[in-house]
Amino acid sequence: MSKDHQNDEIVAVRLKHPWRWVSAAILMLLGGLFVYSLISSPNINHEIIAKFLFNSKVIDAAVLTVILTIVSMFIGTVLAIALAVMRLSTNPILKSVSVLYVGFFRGTPLLLQIVFWGYLGIIYPTITVGIPFTDIVFFSEKTSLVLTSIIAGVIALSLNEGAYAAEIVRAGILSVDGGQTEAGKSLGMSSGYTLRRIVLPQAMRVIIPPMGNEFISMLKSTSLLQVVSVMELYARTSQISSQNLAQVELLVVAGFWYLVMTTVLSWPQSYLEKKYGRGFYATTTQRRWLGRIGKASA
Amino acid sequence: MSHMIEAVAVKKHFGSNQVLKGIDLTVDRGEVLCLLGPSGSGKSTFLRCINHLEIINGGRLFVDGELMGFVEHGGKLHEMKPSAIAKQRADIGMVFQRFNLFPHLTALENIIEAPIGVRGVSKAEATSKALDLLAQVGLADKADHFPAQLSGGQQQRVAIARALAMEPKLMLFDEPTSALDPELVGDVLDVMRKLAQSGMTMIVVTHEIGFAREVADRVVFMDGGVVVESGTPAQVIDNPQNERTKAFINSVL
Repeated sequence: MSKDHQNDEIVAVRLKHPWRWVSAAILMLLGGLFVYSLISSPNINHEIIAKFLFNSKVIDAAVLTVILTIVSMFIGTVLAIALAVMRLSTNPILKSVSVLYVGFFRGTPLLLQIVFWGYLGIIYPTITVGIPFTDIVFFSEKTSLVLTSIIAGVIALSLNEGAYAAEIVRAGILSVDGGQTEAGKSLGMSSGYTLRRIVLPQAMRVIIPPMGNEFISMLKSTSLLQVVSVMELYARTSQISSQNLAQVELLVVAGFWYLVMTTVLSWPQSYLEKKYGRGFYATTTQRRWLGRIGKASA
Repeated sequence: MSHMIEAVAVKKHFGSNQVLKGIDLTVDRGEVLCLLGPSGSGKSTFLRCINHLEIINGGRLFVDGELMGFVEHGGKLHEMKPSAIAKQRADIGMVFQRFNLFPHLTALENIIEAPIGVRGVSKAEATSKALDLLAQVGLADKADHFPAQLSGGQQQRVAIARALAMEPKLMLFDEPTSALDPELVGDVLDVMRKLAQSGMTMIVVTHEIGFAREVADRVVFMDGGVVVESGTPAQVIDNPQNERTKAFINSVL
């Protein structure tokens, strides 16, 4: 018997995936057991967790963590753009400064850098702004008063971030087709203008996803500032636990807030991706739209 | 009055590869010159030397009586400052084979970017002029489309409008139709034909022999980094004298 299949929409029996169900069941069982062990454990005091979760000192420390992250990330990003542009410039001096900078700050542990900035007062007991080799001084102050632990911490995090983000920004700039710069040149644009208005906006598409990563990473790296006694979230919770000896409970409190913060701070990323994806995903929407028209008229 | 372009023994090499071996060429105001030649003949390189996208290694290149990219005094050539080169380039429109529209900007924004940013024209003025130009290239309804939403031919016409928005005294076309589907070539050539009729000085690197025959005032055939033959379309295309020109014309017709 011959039947015309041309206008039939295929309604096929879906393929079965039994192993998905088996693996899901096993994982759920293991996960359930783990959660149960935490809840039923006599060694974890749930009241302490509840008590400190919304403690004002903990909340203040979490707020400080967010501020440290945003400020360091901002300075680091500005620095990164400068370093990336220096690296790509034709000026051999700027180029080598950038290469050395990145090599130095990527080549030493962040913890070491943080401690170094914290101890800067030992090398330079006073900070003086003036004209060298004269008696003219505009400003002079003890280093320990200017370079508070928070400022030392922000400097350490920003300078380190600048080195990592510089490579991300450089990759973004390199991803933009050379024809774009040529078109800018042919229209009489300066290289700075071309970079700002033509190249960077397109590079952002490539820069944003890894920078989202850096942002999350930075948020967690602020916990290292504990060593220079900045009272951010980790320092605060470990200070509390050193008094009440509820170490695990306060780790749970800190972990909870880190998770909340990383989750909330990753939301703006999709907005930025959409903003800088302007013009790039146009073809697909257009196609989909045309496809629908085509179907409707068929 | 001086020529619009005067090239005197222009040489260009990339490493040991001598691409231009001494080009002598003048283009008058309002003249439409088509550059023909096999690939690798140096015609695109010569075009890019005119607006200093490539820096020449020998000879002199004058646009509107002004030496491009260098200042000559005390018997020596001095490299020009980037800002001075940018200023020279602003007066020379260029259309690329691969369009090179700015993908993150709409057609309209592509056109107004340089007039606002380079010439300091107000946004309102730049916009009204850009809409006129879009109408001239037949894309009045595409102002808010992004390049990715336009066909190749439409993109190239926006690119032409973008170059014209700077009110250039000269337009360079680097194989403007080579990246286009055959059915889209006609629209772009129509725009270029109209531009030629309006009195614009144009240098067109092209493989469109038909266009060259119809629109060009003069056709120059290049091969191996030298000008092999030059003359009216009737002379060079229909009655070539040089063997290399003959072979090339036969191969593309």
